[in-house]
Amino acid sequence: MSADRDGRGGDETRVGRERFRPADHPNDHFLLTTVVGSYPKPAWLTDVRERHEADGDAVTDDEWTEAIDDASRLITGEHERAGLDVVCDGEMRREEMVEFFARRIGGYEFKGPVKVWGHNYFDKPSVVSEVTYDEPWLREEYEFTAGVAERPVKVPITGPYTLATWSFDEVYDDDAGLAYALADLINEEISGLVAAGARYIQIDEPALATTPEDHAVVGECLERIVAGLPDDVRLCLHVCYGDYGEIYPKINDYPIDEFDVELANGDYDQLDVFADGDVDPDLGLGVVDAHTPTVEPVAEIEANIREGLTVVPPEKLTVSPDCGLKILPREVAYAKLENMVRAARNVEADLDSGEIDPDALRTGP
Amino acid sequence: MEHVATTAGLFPIPDAQRGRLVDLTGRGKGALIDGDESADVAAAYDAARERLVAAQREAGLDRVVEGQARWDDMLAHPLCVHENVRAGDVVRYYDNNNFYREPVVTGPLTEDGDLAADLSAAARLTDSLQAVVPGPYSLTDLARDEQYGSSAAFLDGLADFLAGEVDAFPDAVDTVLVLEPSLVTSPPDDDAHVRVRDALAAVNAATDADVVVHTYWGALGEKLHAHLLDTDVAALGYDLVSAHEECVYLVQEYGTADSVALGVVDGQNTRVEAPETVADRLSWFRESVPVSDFETVYATPNTELFYLPVSAFEDKLGALAAGVERVEVAE
Repeated sequence: MSADRDGRGGDETRVGRERFRPADHPNDHFLLTTVVGSYPKPAWLTDVRERHEADGDAVTDDEWTEAIDDASRLITGEHERAGLDVVCDGEMRREEMVEFFARRIGGYEFKGPVKVWGHNYFDKPSVVSEVTYDEPWLREEYEFTAGVAERPVKVPITGPYTLATWSFDEVYDDDAGLAYALADLINEEISGLVAAGARYIQIDEPALATTPEDHAVVGECLERIVAGLPDDVRLCLHVCYGDYGEIYPKINDYPIDEFDVELANGDYDQLDVFADGDVDPDLGLGVVDAHTPTVEPVAEIEANIREGLTVVPPEKLTVSPDCGLKILPREVAYAKLENMVRAARNVEADLDSGEIDPDALRTGP
Repeated sequence: MEHVATTAGLFPIPDAQRGRLVDLTGRGKGALIDGDESADVAAAYDAARERLVAAQREAGLDRVVEGQARWDDMLAHPLCVHENVRAGDVVRYYDNNNFYREPVVTGPLTEDGDLAADLSAAARLTDSLQAVVPGPYSLTDLARDEQYGSSAAFLDGLADFLAGEVDAFPDAVDTVLVLEPSLVTSPPDDDAHVRVRDALAAVNAATDADVVVHTYWGALGEKLHAHLLDTDVAALGYDLVSAHEECVYLVQEYGTADSVALGVVDGQNTRVEAPETVADRLSWFRESVPVSDFETVYATPNTELFYLPVSAFEDKLGALAAGVERVEVAE
């Protein structure tokens, strides 16, 4: 069904970009700047959490809640200070992208950590009965963040395909069956978020990168996720790393407004995949590397943004880091965001002045 | 016919030692095994081995493995500890959300005795020991070669290396389980089949113990299966969890070795099979193939077991042993 979801379709009617343009935006062109989601936690938050978990009297539940709220307020503000057009709270309430949701979805159980590599373990959950929607997962996070933010807030949600394939499934016949059931729950969750005011949702599907042959399963999940949602909800799909050639152009058929990719880490060696001039959703382009602690200079990020302009016009280009920034030192993460926004504003000014001719840059037909 | 309840090894590290090892070494790439561990780290692995052997005995398994807690890099381990191998990038382990250091072979793969040392330690804890080794072809798939110059020479070099390792195993080793998942996941070209056969035959010839070549995550191709039957190994293994019909077809059409290993417990799902499920799978295979009698049926999880949390792993061992006992009683 692609871009025609609920009547939308084509660049002119695609919902959502202009609504995120700040009132004081300095340029005519608008390259929407945002984050993928996670951000380094303040050191004190980790300290308080450990003390709270070790001894509920030393740090009470109320004190822990206050600490999380403070961290959320702090990082949301940090995103705004960096100049981002759309912000989030850096996922201060979440520890891990599957575990957070599995603890809130009925039917999941935790049976112990499993090895990822070396001495690194992950609490891989087991689905032990049919999955159910018992309580809102992210409403508290969204309402708090939206309440303290000046800028619009994006809500990242781990996608159903990733939640399914990164769990032990003791119940459903195959990963697709579990993924579809989870997609229905995510649809319910998003409906609640939309009722609370959210208009920008991002579905994270890193598992698709490793098993691109399941693109049709992810497509069906997305159809279930958008069912009944209002037209003015902007839906982004984030897929980090992997072989994009295996899933493009199939993603053109997905009911999404934006497809966010990790390309800076590979020095844009896969950009050609999108060079057919026919990318249907907006392209969310990773322009700073989430895995290296070197802060890219503004000029380098400008060059990265211009790479994006070779495959989509400016009105379809969103600018973001490659992925969540949580593994970086906090000051590095902030510096990357600050430089990223500066670079985007510089490129916008060059587009305004005609110094950059986007039509001449584009390589596609 | 004898039923032997056993496993494909590579167990999850028991909780106590897992925590101890992180305390001692941290979690980074530099924390991983290089064959030259400190006394404290070696003591943690000794404790893990004791616990893992005890868990198998408590569960009632017939043949016990060392447990391979030290195999940080899973099947690539024997190369990762070798002096002529350097640790490369951390890369994906087959089609799993697991990663290992890709071994880069930079010099001749001389025998180094790392596996034999662990097995000798295990031999002091049990009198029915099974060694587990990666197959030579899977090692070519998991490693990178900067020494041998061609895939054929690399395979031959790995076969010689593994034969040397196996030859050094203690006498207590009754069976050697050779894990060759890459024969299924990225099979060799037809013109390499004979070389793969000869590589496995070389490993087989290096020991008096019974050698079992086990594959999983699907079934072997028909031609490759036929070549493996010419290796003279004691048993071929089949993954009845992921590909039971394809595996039975192979045996129906082409026969098998005198003994078989049957993957009847899912090594990658926390759902614990009931003993009757294990027994049914074993019986179903026997009834489906035109073989009147096997010398030995090794009943095993289809894969390594490090994918599981410790509690599920231990439950699986119990289910396997109970399922085999049920079949033996019925017969």
